[in-house]
Amino acid sequence: MNELLLIVVGMALVTYIPRLVPLLMLGNKQMPQFLSTFLQFIPYAVLGALIFPGVLSSTGDTSSAIAGAAAAAVLALIRLNIMLVVLGGILGAFFWGVVF
Amino acid sequence: MDNNKANSTTASDKLSAYRQPLAQGIRASIPIAVGYIPIAITFGLVAKSSGIPDYIALLMSFIVFAGASQFVGVSLIALGTNPWEIVLTTFILNLRHFLMTASLSMRIDPSVSKAWRYLIAFGVTDETFSVSSLQKEKLLSPFFIVALNMLAFLAWNAGTWVGIFLASGLPASLQASMGIALYAMFIGLLVPALKESRPVLLVVMISIGINSALSWMPLSAGLSAGWRIILSTVLAALTAAFIFPEGAGGSKNE
Repeated sequence: MNELLLIVVGMALVTYIPRLVPLLMLGNKQMPQFLSTFLQFIPYAVLGALIFPGVLSSTGDTSSAIAGAAAAAVLALIRLNIMLVVLGGILGAFFWGVVF
Repeated sequence: MDNNKANSTTASDKLSAYRQPLAQGIRASIPIAVGYIPIAITFGLVAKSSGIPDYIALLMSFIVFAGASQFVGVSLIALGTNPWEIVLTTFILNLRHFLMTASLSMRIDPSVSKAWRYLIAFGVTDETFSVSSLQKEKLLSPFFIVALNMLAFLAWNAGTWVGIFLASGLPASLQASMGIALYAMFIGLLVPALKESRPVLLVVMISIGINSALSWMPLSAGLSAGWRIILSTVLAALTAAFIFPEGAGGSKNE
């Protein structure tokens, strides 16, 4: 196997293992209330950390990234379908880049 | 499969027992699939333009199936990083999935087989997890989760193919704007929940605050993006769990 192939296989393993282990080991044993509350908050915390400040460098230009993110946030606030939110984000960033 | 469960349910119950969650999973997955296509196209474009062989990029989408890992992997390969460092960075970046599947595992009936769990685990991404865990049902059907994950997987792979073959065709300006797609999708998932729940608003603000501090303070400059996300997530969720021991509130928590 060449080196690139080994890297990809290694990446696949270390991506799969954290996905699998809790599903096999934990079952749905009743967790202590605190732990379950903690886990309940995790998706929101992850989304927050994934969005910011990463979004600022998502387009290679901070102002167009802010424009795209703002467009997406407004569309999400008025509860448009998420497809339109994504499309609005892309177009927001694109047109900001074109105009300014 | 008709006779290995309790006899109390009729055949038509059984049929609807997987048809409905299957259809529901596909419906819930459409926005993810649509969100993934431009990102996967971008991935294909980036991989191709970084000089990664086509089959390596395609294989990555097929067996790794994790956007952040793949983007990081491609950029590290292009930089000629040591293979072990690439694998370790990927592992660190993916530790957050441990937290996600631990949370998801509570929403899966204990009787669900190991084979299902192996299959479910493969498709857990930030996006499929978020959509699954934001469902109102307390217990999620494995048919629902696998349908949701698999459509996202197909879109991701289709997008990668398209990206690789489009590599030279797209105008540079639009290529750059597509980088926002991933974030627009995260925003679309998060904003409605922010509107509904104060605890959620707090946890997100703490997480963003910690991640920004870690990203911008010179003291933590050596910290990888993966560790920053892990630290911000754990600290923010811990803090919120102390302040709001009863959880996020609203219909989800009942």
